[in-house]
Amino acid sequence: MDISIKQIEQVARLSRILLTDDEKDIFREQLTGILGYIEKLNELDTDNVQPMAYATSLQNVFREDKQESSFARQEILELSPSSAKGFFKVPKILE
Amino acid sequence: MILHELSANNIKEKLIKREISAQEVVEDLFEKIYLNEPSVKAYLCLDKEGALLKAREIDEKLSSGAKVGLLAGIPVAIKDNICTSGIKTTCASRMLENFVPPYDAFVVKRIKEEDAIIIGKTNLDEFAMGSSNENSAFHVTRNPWNTDYIPGGSGGGSAAAVTADMAFMALGSDTGGSIRQPSAFCGNVGCKPTYGRVSRYGLVAFASSLDQIGSITKNVYDAALLLQVVSGYDGYDSTSANIGVPDYISGINSVSGNLRIGVPREFFGDGLNTEVANAVTNALEIYKKNGAELVDLSLPHCGYAVATYYIIATAEASSNLARYDGVRYGHRSQLSEDNIIDMYCRVRAEGFGSEVKRRILLGNYVLSAGFYDAYYLKASKVRSLIKGDFEDAFNKVDCIISPTCPSPAFKIGEKITDPLEMYLSDIYTIPANLVGIPGISIPCGFTTTGLPIGMQIMGKHFEEEKILKVAKLFENETDFHLKKPELI
Repeated sequence: MDISIKQIEQVARLSRILLTDDEKDIFREQLTGILGYIEKLNELDTDNVQPMAYATSLQNVFREDKQESSFARQEILELSPSSAKGFFKVPKILE
Repeated sequence: MILHELSANNIKEKLIKREISAQEVVEDLFEKIYLNEPSVKAYLCLDKEGALLKAREIDEKLSSGAKVGLLAGIPVAIKDNICTSGIKTTCASRMLENFVPPYDAFVVKRIKEEDAIIIGKTNLDEFAMGSSNENSAFHVTRNPWNTDYIPGGSGGGSAAAVTADMAFMALGSDTGGSIRQPSAFCGNVGCKPTYGRVSRYGLVAFASSLDQIGSITKNVYDAALLLQVVSGYDGYDSTSANIGVPDYISGINSVSGNLRIGVPREFFGDGLNTEVANAVTNALEIYKKNGAELVDLSLPHCGYAVATYYIIATAEASSNLARYDGVRYGHRSQLSEDNIIDMYCRVRAEGFGSEVKRRILLGNYVLSAGFYDAYYLKASKVRSLIKGDFEDAFNKVDCIISPTCPSPAFKIGEKITDPLEMYLSDIYTIPANLVGIPGISIPCGFTTTGLPIGMQIMGKHFEEEKILKVAKLFENETDFHLKKPELI
């Protein structure tokens, strides 16, 4: 099954990645090839197979609800490429 | 005495006997690094000052008669997707080019507690996505056995550093073979423990149901030593197994009873390089001579492992890498944007390399509305079938032996334009990640052109102790692990 440029643009939007026209062409071709290979899974009948998400059967892992020390606000803000007045700074998110 | 050629445990023993000082070890190692690094390029950053500081601390401890840790004075390299407090952790990505973590990963904390000396951070494929090291945003690490060849990936920097005597041991991570494949290509011992055996707290996440931290070392004993230190429960990783860690070290030379080794047909079929096939077959004969029984096996669904993996790993990666938004840390575009969505799109376009973009796109595609059942759900079911294959096999055998990779190391540039071809180089390592079982790659021969060949031993969940013993048995009978590349 061939992927269209429109599908690449749609998935790039979902992925929050701006692609150049060249990238769209290359990724369209490469993803078509990879998905073609993946099609081989359809050779297998899996109607009565349970899916597995994890290799071990851990469930609901809890930790004691106790207060622990954390990082200082300034220490974390210093990692940010843009901050002001104790906050992360981003472009306008509301009109 | 040439210190850098010794094994990690030899170094520790000499330190404890006071035959050498930790400072001498570090000085000697850095001389070797200055000599070899220009042609190998294994490291992204070195911390000589920090290493010497720690060395002096250990020397003082030793001279005062204080107790020292299990890794006392051993210089260790760390893959640059494992967080080190105060030392840049870049994942070989522009996205994290200047990221300095404010905390240590669990494994880093543990090796520090046991008096290891951290020497630097090693190169990898960006965000551990790749099989050749060519996806690093900074430079390509070269295979010390032949610098026209790739060292493997994603942990090629760690493997090349150990091979070129620029580190005594290294920490890596393995999502589809990133410890075992480069270890095979560089002639090291590389162990991926059971999923949950080693805490991933502080490992930059790629595919969370597959990622596991492990060891790259010069021999099996050193692997046991490093795994002993980093294994165990950690409440900061919700997938960490609360199961006791056996003593990997003391019984390592004793394989008990009649060893039954499974030899899976599917791992010796089409596409396997003849020299690799011959080396592994010869290795199996050595086990047979030592009393092991070889059992012919079928793992019928393993031929679907790569297809399954590239759905599951990319789906998980697309979610994990959504965190790189240019807001809290990491790269931010210099171009100003009017709205936040455009900012995200530009940050990620500039910060990620093409393999990372490819996998995020593929992951979001297979998870998107209308495709989820056909891809992700289907892959999760096939994953169950593959797990079933191994459960059946382990009812009959103690461990499974196969080649680690279908071929020896390939040339730089040979596979970089064809992602699918590259993905297929992990065909024998991926099943252990999907199933969550431990696997170790050990050297078992060389090609006529002098490139190392690796053999993989896989065991049941949490049976690292057994595969280490099986590996040690072979190592005791052979000297492949002692060979050194000539150019160095």
